Amino acid sequence: MSAARPDRADEPALEAGLERSRGGFMARLHRLLGRDTLDEATWEEIEEALIAGDVGAALAARVVAAARRRRDGLPPEAAVRAELRALLAPREADWEPSSAVAGQPLPVLVVGVNGTGKTTSIAKLTARLEGRGRRVLLAAADTFRAAATEQLRAWAERLDVPVVAHHPGADPAAVVYDALDAASARGLDVVIVDTAGRLHTKVNLMDELAKMRRVIDRRLPGARPEVLLVLDATTGQNGLHQARAFHRAVELTGVVLAKLDSTAKGGIVFAVEDELKVPVRFVGVGERLGDLVPFDPDAFIEALFAPGEAAR
Amino acid sequence: MFDALSTRLRETLARLTGRGRVAEADVEAAMREVRLALLEADVNYRVAKEFVARVRERAVGAEVLGSLTAGQQVVKIVHEELTALLSAGDRTLHLSGSPAVVALLGLQGSGKTTSAAKLARHLVHQGRRPMLVAADPYRPAAVEQLVTLGRQLDVPVHRAPPGTGVLETARGGIHVAREQGRDVVILDTAGRHTVDPVLMEEIATLVAATRPAETLLVLDAMTGQEAVNVAEAFRAAVPLTGLLLTKIDGDARGGAALSISAVTGLPVKLMGTGEKTDALELFHPDRLAGRILGMGDVLTLVERAQEAYDEKQAAKVAEKLRRSTFGLDDFLDQLQQVKKMGPLGQLLEMLPGMGGLAKEAQASVDRGELKRIEAIISSMTREERGDPGILNASRRRRIAAGSGTTLTDVNRLVKQFGEMQKLMRRFGGSGGRGAVPFGRQGGARR
Ligand SMILES: Nc1nc2c(ncn2[C@@H]2O[C@H](COP(=O)(O)OP(=O)(O)O)[C@@H](O)[C@H]2O)c(=O)[nH]1
Ligand SMILES: [Mg+2]
Repeated sequence: MSAARPDRADEPALEAGLERSRGGFMARLHRLLGRDTLDEATWEEIEEALIAGDVGAALAARVVAAARRRRDGLPPEAAVRAELRALLAPREADWEPSSAVAGQPLPVLVVGVNGTGKTTSIAKLTARLEGRGRRVLLAAADTFRAAATEQLRAWAERLDVPVVAHHPGADPAAVVYDALDAASARGLDVVIVDTAGRLHTKVNLMDELAKMRRVIDRRLPGARPEVLLVLDATTGQNGLHQARAFHRAVELTGVVLAKLDSTAKGGIVFAVEDELKVPVRFVGVGERLGDLVPFDPDAFIEALFAPGEAAR
Repeated sequence: MFDALSTRLRETLARLTGRGRVAEADVEAAMREVRLALLEADVNYRVAKEFVARVRERAVGAEVLGSLTAGQQVVKIVHEELTALLSAGDRTLHLSGSPAVVALLGLQGSGKTTSAAKLARHLVHQGRRPMLVAADPYRPAAVEQLVTLGRQLDVPVHRAPPGTGVLETARGGIHVAREQGRDVVILDTAGRHTVDPVLMEEIATLVAATRPAETLLVLDAMTGQEAVNVAEAFRAAVPLTGLLLTKIDGDARGGAALSISAVTGLPVKLMGTGEKTDALELFHPDRLAGRILGMGDVLTLVERAQEAYDEKQAAKVAEKLRRSTFGLDDFLDQLQQVKKMGPLGQLLEMLPGMGGLAKEAQASVDRGELKRIEAIISSMTREERGDPGILNASRRRRIAAGSGTTLTDVNRLVKQFGEMQKLMRRFGGSGGRGAVPFGRQGGARR
């Protein structure tokens, strides 16, 4: 079915991708930022670097203004870091998805626009959960895209986990329903629902998603499902629009930032977390099963300022 | 949010009502907003900076032409400059060679496979005989996805047994195409990112060996500031001939494409506008220019409408609009046409000032409100339909009862219609590009 990727260095997945080749998007300012006081032009450059990292023009201006206003004697770089850190939503350390009701499976609904990395992230998440002794069932609720079910099945085979699927074009909510039943009957721990990619502006498709969520809430009352938005790290300002719309439709509990192994910056997560208070839970750093890393806010910020190999 | 932004831009420009020459202070205020609009649209920050500098230079002291205001004159310059940037290069698809090879490449998830199928369909409609080649052996079920799409379109798909190298697969496909008299081969390649040296080498070899007539970078319209680096890196590996911009049917403003065209001179050749295989359009620079600024685009609307209408009908509507005899019957007709033409939201978003309304209108079509509207209108007398102005309270109550709806429904429809009528009269009268609707005439918002 799918061949192994051409050989590549087996770097540890934990080295978050963005550190690797070019350094974080703030790295080029490292030298400038090191000084004790900065001139106007330098502050402007900081703002530009933030914009270049997809933080967004308005938020970048806010961060810089706040950093400049600080009177706690922090040097400029530390002040900018602190302001960025403050944008990230609070979260518990060592979070792992777990069921709110004993003896009942945890539903995980995975949503996002087309091609962000939902199915792949689900495979990785499954590998992670299974590795921790949790038993996972996958629900192939992308009944729309050609061969989407085959894609999920291919991963499931590799992972040796069960899949519930219907025929192409079937009602995705019915798939969800059956998957929850199957998992409950077999006493499994987690049901991960793979949904079709959809643009957040398509009202009927967002309604369809809300319906899937309602099926979960009705079938497993009190379950507190995880609803994860998969954002592509190369996404620009549209990412915030996506997050808002999905949050409105299905009430997100977390974000997976996929493809951070590319040269992408992922700066849009600051706006998303700041506005919606939905935490990034995982970061995707490659296409292999091991390439999913829990999101650590401090490490993320550290990596933004870390010089790349070229600069080392 | 982008609605808010373009509203602010519109307001800033509306304040510039002066005539004669454009004043420097005016330009400063406008350029601040233009810069923000560009950045919000994901235009590369360097490109935005240079762009604003260039427009500023052209705008300060520029003569305000004809009946325009200073604000409109600035918009005109901005729009012209944006369009010029987006008009880079040669936008025609060149399909020389037998067979002609078209290679699609790009980042993971940018939309290559779907675009390959759309392109195949597009070419079939032009009388070509394309063949698809599944050259993504890595992503699980990528080959199956292409095979399924090919089957739906009745276009043959060449696939190689697992373990076959990408180059061999492509060569095999070209060979089979030649034997079967297929004149275009579309290569669907695996997604890759530019810092992966092995896969970049692979694509370079593939392109060098198959010598495509077109090598298109498939770019997600939602791409952020990284777009330019991505294009530059692909261009360093292979001789790109253009871009195929995908997922433009959402609310992404597509500034990434502008950045790439500005920096590399690569033209956008095609645009993906939906998930179905018929959703592929030729690229129109002035439309994307309007979209990037959130200005909307009347031209597109007019053209689309023309595709769905026959010309006589269009002429009739235009005439009615001119004479303001556009009644509720015509309104219903319009709604039904719009439904036929595709997502209403997409269409309305092209109208200036309609961003917010678009979503609601789409929602109402989606929720089946069209049926209710039909019921209400068919409960009216002919006279009422022709001139809703005569709908007093008792008539409205009668209509509500007759159509099984509520008075609120009827009131809402009449109000909506009134707004639409106003809007349409404005477009009907303005006759196209010149009157980019900024300024006091604003948009119909709710
Ligand atoms: N480099 C990289 N590629 C990824 C990552 N996650 C997903 N992909 C790739 O992105 C493409 C789209 O992924 P898919 O899971 O099918 O997206 P979906 O449409 O959202 O389900 C595939 O080629 C995946 O291999 C990631 O973290 N890094
Ligand atoms: Mg998928």
